[in-house]
Amino acid sequence: MGKEEKQFDELSPNVQANGYRVVGTRPVRPDGIEKVTGKANFGADCELPGMLTGVVVRSPHAHAKILSIDTTRAMKLKGVKAVVTSADFPEIGPKQRGAGEAPVSFRDMSRNVMARDKALYDGHTVAAVAATTPAIAEKAASLIEVKYKVLPYVLDAREAMKSKAPVLHKDVFTKGVDPRPKKASNVTQRFEFGMGDIDAGFAEADVIVDHDFTAQCVHQGYIEPHACVANTTQDGMATVWCSTQGQFMVRNYCATVCGMDISKVRVLPAEIGGGFGGKTVVYLEPLAIVLSQKAGKPVKVVMNREDVFRATGPTSGGHAYCRIGAKKDGTLVAGELTMEYEAGAFAGSPVHLGCMTGFAPYVIPNSKSVGFDVVVNRPKAAAYRAPGAPVAAFAVESALDLLAKKLNMDPIALREKNAATEGTKAAYGPKFQKIGYVETLEAAKNHPHYSAPLGPNQGRGVASGFWFNIGGESSAAVHVNEDGTVEVVTANPDIGGSRASMGIMAAEVLGIDVSRVKPLITDTASSAYSALTGGSRVTFAVGQMVCVACDKVIVQLRERAAKIWDVEVDDVEWVAGSAVNRKSGKGETLSLAEIANVAGKTGGPISGQSSSDVQGAGPGFGTHICDVEVDPETGRSTVIRYTAIQDVGTAIHPSYVEGQLQGGAAQGIGWALNEEYIYDANGCLENGGFLDYRMPVASDLPMIDTVVVEVPNPNHRFGVRGVGEVPIVPPLAAVANAVSAAADVRMADLPISPPRLLAAIDGK
Amino acid sequence: MAKIVLQSEVARDFADGQAEHEILADNVRQVIKQLDAKFPGIAARLNDRTAVAVDGEIFQDPFLQEVQPHSEVYFLPMIDAG
Amino acid sequence: MAKHHVNTTINGDQTEFLCDTEQTLLDCLRDELGLTGSKEGCSSGDCGACSVTVDGRLVCSCLVLGIEADGAEIGTIEGIAEDDDLHPLQKHFLKEAALQCGICTPGFIVAAKSLLEHNPDPTETEMRFWLAGNLCRCTGYDKIIKAVTSAAAEMRGE
Repeated sequence: MGKEEKQFDELSPNVQANGYRVVGTRPVRPDGIEKVTGKANFGADCELPGMLTGVVVRSPHAHAKILSIDTTRAMKLKGVKAVVTSADFPEIGPKQRGAGEAPVSFRDMSRNVMARDKALYDGHTVAAVAATTPAIAEKAASLIEVKYKVLPYVLDAREAMKSKAPVLHKDVFTKGVDPRPKKASNVTQRFEFGMGDIDAGFAEADVIVDHDFTAQCVHQGYIEPHACVANTTQDGMATVWCSTQGQFMVRNYCATVCGMDISKVRVLPAEIGGGFGGKTVVYLEPLAIVLSQKAGKPVKVVMNREDVFRATGPTSGGHAYCRIGAKKDGTLVAGELTMEYEAGAFAGSPVHLGCMTGFAPYVIPNSKSVGFDVVVNRPKAAAYRAPGAPVAAFAVESALDLLAKKLNMDPIALREKNAATEGTKAAYGPKFQKIGYVETLEAAKNHPHYSAPLGPNQGRGVASGFWFNIGGESSAAVHVNEDGTVEVVTANPDIGGSRASMGIMAAEVLGIDVSRVKPLITDTASSAYSALTGGSRVTFAVGQMVCVACDKVIVQLRERAAKIWDVEVDDVEWVAGSAVNRKSGKGETLSLAEIANVAGKTGGPISGQSSSDVQGAGPGFGTHICDVEVDPETGRSTVIRYTAIQDVGTAIHPSYVEGQLQGGAAQGIGWALNEEYIYDANGCLENGGFLDYRMPVASDLPMIDTVVVEVPNPNHRFGVRGVGEVPIVPPLAAVANAVSAAADVRMADLPISPPRLLAAIDGK
Repeated sequence: MAKIVLQSEVARDFADGQAEHEILADNVRQVIKQLDAKFPGIAARLNDRTAVAVDGEIFQDPFLQEVQPHSEVYFLPMIDAG
Repeated sequence: MAKHHVNTTINGDQTEFLCDTEQTLLDCLRDELGLTGSKEGCSSGDCGACSVTVDGRLVCSCLVLGIEADGAEIGTIEGIAEDDDLHPLQKHFLKEAALQCGICTPGFIVAAKSLLEHNPDPTETEMRFWLAGNLCRCTGYDKIIKAVTSAAAEMRGE
């Protein structure tokens, strides 16, 4: 075997120590064939007989009162079957909750899906139309006459906080400040986290660094635009086919926004072409449902790329001020972080999560993190991979880089000296249980990348990052087929290879070959509730439910074997995929297939189900090393080497775990070097396409090396920690620190696009 | 007595700025009930989009989570999934 | 205006369809012929998710009109597998986990096949620049490049 192949099949020490048979190997994913042959069905691939095309009418103004909407001319056009405006959606009060406990403001969500009295960003939905062909629908959309009164707009958080800034909502009075303001503003809330006394802490510091940082809002950049088909029937039922991270979320949100009972909405998840948090909300689905209700036909609505940029949640951009104080031996004594994040048109930036995560990898006895959630005339922010954390980490990890230089200390050594470990009181309050941060620093320090020589105009940056990871409500069902193959049915869309991991875990618990396990993802009517895919929770929480459901199946298999052998169930052991008769002493066995074959005779179908609010998610830490070469003539920065190191608990399928590290790093590199929104003088988006919203392409990046550290999470059957979000937290600072070193000038404003770097170099 | 720590905004709005409290309770529901007896109205706030960390473990949607005699209970904002 | 009648060959099969002037080849493949393997990511030729070949030339089908297919040979993702067997590119994409969500995968496979027809032994840099027209947001391209490298070696008989 060649060296590459040997590494590919190698099992990790953790996997070997535990004697796992399937966990930690790399079988081909179960849904792979459809994906490589173009047969997999994504949101826009659904076709229903008689289907109409829906087109959305969007505000061309960044901020405007909607005075009137006249749909008469559009309705008269031959082929137009329905037009909807805000009049077709119920008014939702400020305290109204949907069913369940979704942590969202339905009032805001409803007004985002369809503007009511005001358009709050360029691209805000004001109406929608369904017609028999796309061409007629487009024409009809252009015939809808909307009268606006254009208002002044604001795009930047700090500008929006000024007293003379245009105010987006008359009913926003900043929460979390004392006394409660009487004047409406754009600051929806102030958050504060911390411990100790930072004034005392800074007073005892030998060295203090501080800096102001900015980051632009960036889009999740999924290649598949939002798409759905809604079909309604006269009994009030709506069936929705869509690209989403959570079919139960779509059901709940659509039911609430459209004023329907949850039981009247059935959601079938398509394969999803990227989400990264951006598909944890609804945009088109309520529109498609109401259009379908009015037209009496199925309606397909698909966003075009420009509308994805104009109207769907990016993550928040904003400002961060960071100050850190330390003793001359590098011990951190005080940390201060103040951030203002752009929430977009409605409250809900992840600034509080930035405040909680920024200092989280470190032991700092005195810290204060303050965050302001500020509304501006941009699309409403949506989650993007570790929401809030990357920008906070950008500030803190860059400040640590400044500190390391001032102390003349190695940046990894500085972090090791102050690293959080089990028992450390986290910056946001509670004590950490078992975590693997120190292990990632150790791996980084010892990696050949860290000691590789650098050439002219090249620089190296290091940064770490943290994410909580979550568990949550999850369900799984395991059904044994008559031939002994097994269906593993879950209701969480697969956005990173989780389906493969479900199959692996089931095969491991049951003791059968992974090829005998068929993982499926089903709809809201066919599974118990499961919270959406996100928060790095599926392999952990849904996986745990798969294991428990398999445990229940094993109990039944042992009971059936006991019946067949006429012994007590306690005399039957389940070993390596078979029942073993411990009573007879003859070593009799019955395989899963043999028991399944006679299931009808021994009691009926064999199946297990498990639902729970799964707790015990293990937090994740990562450390990244980045080498950049800058061209001082053009300002271009090229990433020439990148290593992503992360504690993942246990890698169920190492290829997909590595893929998460590589993908998150690539997104972070794009965020650091090139991605931003460019608005014109009217507050309208100019670069709503992939040419000018510049994400990394294959020629921009080197190979991204990964080191998968395994400090198993004691709360999961196989030690899994969430993996997907941590990788995007370190890269912003890793890249900025590298460019700052290469160009010998601190780059504190993202993206570090060529014009910005050139200006910084020229300004030295 | 378990140590309870409120978010600073909640402390400011309901508990005169005092974030740390000592409460004797068996579970989170009881903690909230007792806080509400002392600071009327705080229960509605703590039941709204709030997570809880009990001895380091975060629960997104807390209700009956056990609290031990010397537990540390932190109220936190719910964590967005990305 | 009356529709155009287009006669073409798709993946070796004689095919005909009706379309409007403004319908792109991508629209026709997906909406008129039910060949939904080619994906629409941007409609402006920047993401490559709609990659097909026209008379052997790699193009973005969102930038080609349906009527231009008349008399041409079109190759799409649906024609890459050889009967019952997957193409080496497809096999290696699966083995080396060169896909996560899979939306960009058809475009990459069509583009990579075209690359290897032009240059059976490309360097990493040549691969990255050829494939720079295909956007992937999930993988960071690392495993894609590795899969294309392995497939190329297999196709060279190594």
